[in-house]
Amino acid sequence: MRGNQMEQVKLFQWINMVSFAVNDIVLYLDTHPTDQDALAYFHHFREVRMKALKEYEENFGPLTLDTTKPEHMWLWSTQPMPWEGGYC
Amino acid sequence: MWNYEKRLQYPVNITQTNPQIAQVIISQFGGPDGELSASMRYLSQRYTIPYREVAGLLTDIGTEELAHMEIVCSIIYQLTKDLTPEEIKASGFDKYYVDHTLALWPQAAGGIPFNACEFQSKGDPITDLMEDMAAEQKARSTYENILRLVKDPEVADPIRYLREREVVHFQRFGEGLRITQEHLDSKNFYAFNPAFDCPRN
Repeated sequence: MRGNQMEQVKLFQWINMVSFAVNDIVLYLDTHPTDQDALAYFHHFREVRMKALKEYEENFGPLTLDTTKPEHMWLWSTQPMPWEGGYC
Repeated sequence: MWNYEKRLQYPVNITQTNPQIAQVIISQFGGPDGELSASMRYLSQRYTIPYREVAGLLTDIGTEELAHMEIVCSIIYQLTKDLTPEEIKASGFDKYYVDHTLALWPQAAGGIPFNACEFQSKGDPITDLMEDMAAEQKARSTYENILRLVKDPEVADPIRYLREREVVHFQRFGEGLRITQEHLDSKNFYAFNPAFDCPRN
């Protein structure tokens, strides 16, 4: 584990942004399943999001169980919860 | 199946407690047009919707409402964190505190407990989608009522985000209603209930 708090806040905010892009386009795709531009947008941000989630886990701990690394201790339940304020 | 992601959909970082405004905002947790109602409404209705795009939409919006419930609860939690008995008494929070201490419990601002009678799952797609569109508008109005009372920008910021999502969900449900009507008899949308009289149309 490495990285400072400013990097952590920046990456966390980036994850919130790209995750929102994914959430929002998913609702649009539900009612417009053949929109090619929307499909390309979804796949682009889905990939960017996965990359950011993995990078976050690598440096600061997991936000999803799917990105938990075997070599780390069990940080899933020992790190702060989202409602505590600040950044995980 | 659901997976938890350890972050809020929109960040909540409130540094000043305010139990009085928390008692107002709690309506969007367990009140008539709150996020718990919204989530349970869509996640209950989706099984009998005969059109997959609309069932998918109800699943994804119902899931997002769970994330909104978490945002509302985080706001209330941070607004009431570490209160002293004196602050509880002075703010009028004592009537909530006596039953729940500082825990989150779904109720309306007026103290009425969360109740499934606040939403409907009717088993008729037009009826259900009309209810969903109305629900999004009612929640938008409630957030606007809250914004008129909130002065703290740290509280107003996530409330504004939640309000905007109501507008987007209303738009998407309108599209879901259009998809539903395209499957029906254009001369008489009410000729039959596609979820009961003619399940595969």
